[in-house]
Amino acid sequence: MISGRCAACKYLRRRCPSDCIFSLYFPPNDPQRFACVHRIYGASNVAKMLQQIPPPLRAEAAETLYFEARCRIEDPVYGCVGVISQLYEQLQSAESELAKTQAEIAVLNCNPQEAPIEANSNFNTLLAPFHSNFLV
Amino acid sequence: MGGSSPCASCKLLRRRCAKDCIFAPYFPSDDPHKFSIVHKVFGASNVSKMLQELPIHQRADAVSSLVYEANARVRDPVYGCVGAISYLQNQVSQLQMQLAVAQAEILCIQMQQEPNLPITQMDQDERSLLLSTNFNNIPQCLSFASSSNVIQDPLKRESLWI
Repeated sequence: MISGRCAACKYLRRRCPSDCIFSLYFPPNDPQRFACVHRIYGASNVAKMLQQIPPPLRAEAAETLYFEARCRIEDPVYGCVGVISQLYEQLQSAESELAKTQAEIAVLNCNPQEAPIEANSNFNTLLAPFHSNFLV
Repeated sequence: MGGSSPCASCKLLRRRCAKDCIFAPYFPSDDPHKFSIVHKVFGASNVSKMLQELPIHQRADAVSSLVYEANARVRDPVYGCVGAISYLQNQVSQLQMQLAVAQAEILCIQMQQEPNLPITQMDQDERSLLLSTNFNNIPQCLSFASSSNVIQDPLKRESLWI
């Protein structure tokens, strides 16, 4: 099956054996995928990593390696660690906002006479996450 | 000047540690594990190329993030750092959902407590949006199974930048 070389073997300019470790996860119609992974990890490291993983999990492993390689190419200093860092910041911000909002609810429930008359401004704040995150 | 010990990289690679060795500032000889794990996942020549492409003042951070990723990948060979990303995204989504519910609750309380609020001034589209929002349709950026095996808080710089 010389014409059926996987993207990895095409990139590496070699024959693609029938038991090629890359062929299932780096199809020939997506050469960029292997190029990314090869650039960051190298072919032999990827082959070793895949060989050490049970076959049913190799597709996921190849996918995550590709994701991390892309992150590293886009951000050569922080890679996907930059994404993790941003997510931690978002998490802290959301926790803080939630705590503040729950405290406001507690105050409103305890002191019904002191409800601030700011319905419209609260409404716009309420809708902000819907507009930015939930509306596709 | 002469006779300084080779860096961890050159020790592992069994070669002479040149004065301008690109690894030496970031992989001191007293921490062999650090280079070993990066070499295992990325390979020495790939790390060298990556560092050479970066300005010097960014290389220390790049090494730290590579070590972080390599550790994550060794701990979780299938998902690596992506497991942590997926887990954190789910956490953020859940919190945002809880926040939206809490903010809706505030609005309801205010509407109950102040029946004379100018509700009629609300945009009808906005009102319909609030009432019809399905909190279950939270878009997920990643569809990987989440794994919390590799969670470390990168904001705690001491732990991340070893």
